[in-house]
Order: sequence, then C-alpha cells, then structure tokens
Amino acid sequence: MRRIISILLENEPGALSRVVGLFSQRGYNIETLNVAPTEDATLSRLTLTTIGDDRTIEQITKQLNKLVDVVKLVDLTEGTHIERDLMLIKVRASGGAARDEVKRTTDIFRGQIVDVGPNVYTIQLVGTGEKLDAFVAAMAEAEILEVVRSGVAGIARGEKVLRL
Amino acid sequence: MEMLSGGEMIARALEDEGVEFIFGYPGGAVLHIYDALFKASKIPHVLVRHEQAATHAADGYTRATGKPGVVLVTSGPGATNAVTGIATAYMDSIPMVVLSGQVASHLIGEDAFQECDMVGISRPIVKHSFMVRKPEDIPGMIKKAFHIATTGRPGPVVIDIPKDATRPDAKFEYVYPEAVKIRSYSPAQRGHTGQIKKAARLLLSAKRPVIYSGGGVVQGEASGLLTQFARDLNYPVTNTLMGLGAYPGTDRQFLGMLGMHGLYEANMAMHHADVILAVGARFDDRVTNTVSKFCPSAKIIHIDIDPTSISKTVQADIPIVGPVQSVLADLAEQVEQMRNKDAELPDQDALDRWWQQIDEWRGKHGLWTGRRYGESDMIMPQQVIESLSRATGGNAYVTSDVGQHQMFAAQYYRFNQPRRWINSGGLGTMGFGLPAAMGAKLAFPDADVACVTGEGSIQMNIQELSTCTQYNLPVKIINLRNNYLGMVKQWQDMQYEGRYAMSTYEDSLPDFVKLMEAYGHVGMQVRRLDELDAKMDEAFAMKDKLVFLDIFIDPMEHVYPMHVAPNGSMKDMWLSKNERT
Ligand SMILES: Cc1cc2nc3c(=O)[nH]c(=O)nc-3n(C[C@H](O)[C@H](O)[C@H](O)COP(=O)(O)OP(=O)(O)OC[C@H]3O[C@@H](n4cnc5c(N)ncnc54)[C@H](O)[C@@H]3O)c2cc1C
Ligand SMILES: Cc1ncc(C[n+]2csc(CCOP(=O)(O)OP(=O)(O)O)c2C)c(N)n1
Ligand SMILES: [Mg+2]
Repeated sequence: MRRIISILLENEPGALSRVVGLFSQRGYNIETLNVAPTEDATLSRLTLTTIGDDRTIEQITKQLNKLVDVVKLVDLTEGTHIERDLMLIKVRASGGAARDEVKRTTDIFRGQIVDVGPNVYTIQLVGTGEKLDAFVAAMAEAEILEVVRSGVAGIARGEKVLRL
Repeated sequence: MEMLSGGEMIARALEDEGVEFIFGYPGGAVLHIYDALFKASKIPHVLVRHEQAATHAADGYTRATGKPGVVLVTSGPGATNAVTGIATAYMDSIPMVVLSGQVASHLIGEDAFQECDMVGISRPIVKHSFMVRKPEDIPGMIKKAFHIATTGRPGPVVIDIPKDATRPDAKFEYVYPEAVKIRSYSPAQRGHTGQIKKAARLLLSAKRPVIYSGGGVVQGEASGLLTQFARDLNYPVTNTLMGLGAYPGTDRQFLGMLGMHGLYEANMAMHHADVILAVGARFDDRVTNTVSKFCPSAKIIHIDIDPTSISKTVQADIPIVGPVQSVLADLAEQVEQMRNKDAELPDQDALDRWWQQIDEWRGKHGLWTGRRYGESDMIMPQQVIESLSRATGGNAYVTSDVGQHQMFAAQYYRFNQPRRWINSGGLGTMGFGLPAAMGAKLAFPDADVACVTGEGSIQMNIQELSTCTQYNLPVKIINLRNNYLGMVKQWQDMQYEGRYAMSTYEDSLPDFVKLMEAYGHVGMQVRRLDELDAKMDEAFAMKDKLVFLDIFIDPMEHVYPMHVAPNGSMKDMWLSKNERT
C-alpha cells in the first residue's frame, strides 16, 4: 500500500542523507520526497511517499524513528489528511488550435499557465499525485517538453498536528 | 574558566568521560590532538599496527568490560582502515566512540590530501555520527557521542574532526557537561506493564517453554536476573552465539547454543516449543533457518530495547520494548504474583515430560553427553577446545576469529560467566580475534586471555604481534591449524562436491614458531594428542609470554550439527557427514 510519511527532522548537516540512505540500505522504496524548512529554524519537514506491505511499513517507520535526527514522525495515511503535489509542465503549443486545446485542458484541471512563449506554454498545477498523473495523461496529444514535480507534501486534517 | 584548544578539549573530555585507553594511530590530520594528548593526557594510548586492529582492540576491551572503547585515527586511509572494525561493532551492537581526523574545513570537498567523507562512508554502520563545525562544540559533542553509544541499543558513534578545529593557538572555554539531553533520542526505560502481564500469563501457561537469550542480555548486564528467573521456573535456556555466558554453560538447564551450528537439543527444543521467551536476541537468519518454518507451534514473547528488532524477521505475539534488566525484573515480579495466587502454575507434569524429552534428545545427539566427533590419529579440533577449557577452568576470556574454530569454541567451551566469550557474530570478521584479545588483556592483565583462531584468520591481523610486544600483552593464541580456510572448505565439501576453490594456501604458510621468535614471543607446535594437554598447560604457565600454540588438527573435520539449508526448519540438521535428522 502507498503511504505518506511525514517527519520533523533536525536541521543538521547529514540528517537528510541518513533518511535517504536508510531507504537504499534496507531496500525500501521512495516514490516521492519533499523537504523544506519550517517556521522553527532548527527543524525541517520531510514528507515521503513509499509503497510496501504492512510489515515493511512498520519496519520503515521504526527504522526512521530510530534515526537520532528524526524528532517526530507520522504516517499521514493512517488518518484523514490533505496531500498536495505541485507540478510545472512545459508543453509545445504552436498554432491556434493546439494553444486552445492546451488552455482548455489546463482550465478543466484548474491549472494556470504561468509562462507563455511563442511556441510553448508552462503550466502550473497543484493537487494530489493522482490528479497530476491524470493531467499528464490528458496532455498526451500535446508534446510534453518537461515535467517537474515537487513531490507530495501532506498534513493531517482537523486538530491533529505534527510539532514538538 | 579554563581556556583550551580543540585538541586539548578532546584530550580533557576523554579524561572527564573516564576513558581508560585510547586505541589509535597518528597521521597529519590528528597531530594537534596527538600533541595535546602527549602534553597533558593521563590516558594510556595503545599504538596498533593497523587501524582495523584499533577498532577491534577497543571492541574487545568493550565486550570484556562493558565500557565504551575509544579509537583515534587520522583522515583518509586511517579512517577507511577503521571501517571494518566499526561495522563489526555495529553488527554486534557494541558501544564505541571513533574519533577520525579530517582535512581542514576550508579544504573539505576539494579532494584534498587524505580527504575522505568519513561521515558518508560510515553512515550505514554507525548508530550516529557527528562532524565538528565549531571547536567550542567539541565537549558537548563528545558527551553526546558517549551517551548515544552506550544507551538504548548500543553502537558505534563517529566524530569527524577537521584539523583546524584542533589548532593549538585557538582557545575556548572548556566545560564538560554533566549530562546531555537530545530531544529526538530517548530510548525506552521500562517495558509496558500490560504487555509484561500478558507475557507472564503466557509463560506460566507453557507446557514446552524455552528461553532463547542473546547478546542483549550480556550487554544489558542482566545475566544474573535471567539465570535466577530461569531457575525459579525450571525452564530450559538456550543462548545465541552472542549470548553465550549469560546463562552458566555447565548448568543442567542449559541447552547450549542454538542455530545453524547449535546443539541438537537446543534446536529440537526450539522447534517443538509452545512458548518461546526471546530476550535480547534478534532472530538472526543463522538462528531461525527458514523463517516460514520457524517453530511452528510456538507463541513468541520478545523483549528487546530496539523496536526494529521486534517482528523484523519473525512475528512476535507479545512484543515488549525495553531494557532487559528492568523488563526481566518486572516480569519476574508478575510471574511470582501469579504463582502466589495459583500454586499449580506452571504445569509441573507437562514440564517434567518436557525435560524428559529434552534429556532424551541430549542423550541421543548432545555434544556434551558423549563423543560425537570422529576418530582419527590426528588431534580433533573439539579436543583442543576441551583442553583449553580444562586448562583455564572455564574462566578465561576467549576471543575468536571466524570459521570452524569459532564454532568449535562456541560449542565446546562452557562459558559460565558473561563477557568471557568475545567474537564477531553479525559481521563475521576474520582478523578480529588477536586485536580483541589485546583489548581484553589490557582491561584484565591478570586474567587468562586466549584467542582461538585459524591459520587463515590470524594472518588477517598478524601484524598486531608487534603491538603485543610493545605493550607486553601475553595472550595465548590457540591456532586450530587445518591448513584450509576450513569453513569455506566445509561448504565446498557439502555443496560443491569438494572443489576447493581458493580455500588452500598450498605450501605458503609461514613457520609460525619462527615468526613468534621474530617478535619476541614463544611459538610451539602440537602434533600429537598425547602432548596436547601438557603443551596447553605449559602455555598458560608462561604468564608473561605471548604463546602461540600451532596445533595441527584433522583437516577433514566438519562442524556439526549444521542446519539443512535452504528450506530447512530448525529441526533439520546434519549431525555428521552422513547422518541427518
Ligand atoms: C560462522 C558463523 C556462524 C554462526 N552461527 C551461528 C549459530 O549457529 N547460532 C547463532 O546463534 N549465531 C550464529 N552466528 C551469529 C549470528 O550471525 C548472529 O550474530 C547472532 O545470532 C545474533 O545474536 P543475537 O540474536 O543474540 O543478537 P545480537 O546481535 O547480540 O543483538 C542483541 C539484541 O539485543 C538487543 N539489546 C541490546 N541491548 C539490550 C538491552 N539492554 N535490553 C534489551 N535488548 C537489548 C539489541 O537491540 C539486539 O536486538 C554465526 C556467526 C558466524 C560468523
Ligand atoms: C574478512 C573476511 N573474509 C572472508 C570471510 C569468509 N570466511 C569465513 S570463514 C573463512 C575461513 C576461515 O579460515 P581459518 O581462519 O583458517 O578458520 P577455519 O575455518 O579453518 O577454522 C572465510 C574465508 C570472512 N568471514 N571474513
Ligand atoms: Mg583453517
């Protein structure tokens, strides 16, 4: 099953490589990985998605918790949560018909065209990983030049918080 | 307030931490530290002949004493040479602090002379690592390193120290912290009471119980508690390779080691058990054989301080996360309370039948109830260990290398105390034995220290004979000489139709007697059984000499029992070359 694991990590040199190293060292999958600072300068927030059966996931969370740099960890998929992935996608858009088609699909997905060139559009889209996949599929007719995704960031719904 | 340089702070912090020995080797990146040690430190430094040996010697010291070993090496090759020893300690959960030099901060990343990313290289084989960024952090970092290395599930910690952080001309206020708090690190102190009650109930309902105890009981200083607990219940005990000595080896309730080369009665008892109490043991694949066939009728209680050890390979029915000492004490109390309420517990008739069954297994194929090894006109390796055991009264510190000799020592030396059996189980590092013996001998200069080895393994760190000369370390080296990489040969006999690919040395072995003389030690050959005991006694009588006994044994002997693999269960064993269960 796919899981979203969110971690508060000490903002120390080497901390990220310990997390990433753990996955390769023990043969676990990382599907997406997203790391950025938080409001507390000593902590980063890391969100990763991984796939595994229950036993593997249990080992993954235990192994992560064991890392000295991991301050707190939550498996967001255990409760209701919000997940968002941001995509920037550059597609070939030359000629009226093609440009209209790209624009229409972007609107349907509530994306934004954030950069316009004579022959290309760059589109920004935010949503779940599934939604972004669907958009890429919908763009199949257009010529995709480049895709960048931030990886999933997630947060629990309601009162639940991940903090010190 | 005292003002010290980075190098001086390191020297002082190690003293303040109560360090008894530093095992190391100098080089450019650590010369400021060495100079500070030279000028001010009261801690004896042991100069090894190869950094790998520094880590193994620190490790041997740690296993013998329970105190964390300290290693100091230079950057680049010094650090990489230490890697095997760090990994060895990591796999066996041995606390150790390794200080490695690093090139000056401004050179990092430039492929500077003797630069290597030690934090990166060691990452998968340390419990944690630090890199000094500011010299004023050194005392706190050292305190944290010792704290992390020794608490929870112990393990090695690396501190990488850029040379400029130790400059003699930059001084800082020195205060060694009394204690540390690390917000993201708090190992369990007690087991969960509800789980412990459940475990007590299950244990007392057992009809065919086995206590399976491991290295965690040795490390957690709980062998007294474990022994008392098992005796009160009259339950059989088996130990892993790492757990030997935690329960007295000559006690009636002791079944010997379990696992791939475990005793028949231990493996049979495990396979047929209905309740297994696993304490400080991690269900290693050398123990379980095929996991899906592991102990089919057993409910499993698993006590371990590291949650990742629990249900990693074998699912636990009652997991208890906590230190063995406190959990065993709590468990014993629960068991006593339940027995006070119900004197019928546990079922004594069932237990009697279980012991009858175990004794029958022992009588049939037990290594200690009859001679199980073959006849030959040569010395059998098992006889060497029996002789060693006799000569040392079962009380020596016995280190070993890796191979057949290691297994014979584990099977036949009856360890009655913890911390006497010192070997590399998890990584299986040939070359561990001699430096580990040095560490044990430094810690206990008056005790008998023997290194059981093979002619293959001993050559992996033989240069340490010179260290033994320098520091006067009269250990006894018991070389079980079969003229083969015996364990490799055994597998080749059993699985590759006797094709000995690269497991012989032809005629290239050195004359070990002459070699010993060259280092100022004593070497003796033993070729006949009738001289074995006398030579063994002679060696141990030479208190002040390192003696190397080069004992020519039957080269064709195999270690048995041996699990049938792949697809075997714990009860599937080869008992000799042509007999299996
Ligand atoms: C050639 C060769 C053959 C081998 N054959 C065998 C064999 O036949 N049988 C065998 O048993 N092994 C054998 N081994 C060794 C094997 O590879 C493992 O090293 C060994 O089985 C592990 O022992 P253990 O389970 O006691 O765990 P250890 O590696 O000693 O781990 C200790 C466990 O206890 C926990 N722990 C530590 N401190 C505490 C504490 N204070 N409180 C609670 N828990 C704690 C740790 O978290 C860990 O899970 C062999 C090795 C070699 C090289
Ligand atoms: C550093 C290292 N290299 C290789 C091995 C694989 N190995 C395990 S046992 C063994 C043979 C050991 O030979 P020896 O020391 O003579 O012991 P014997 O088995 O003959 O008693 C080898 C090569 C190992 N365990 N460690
Ligand atoms: Mg050999």
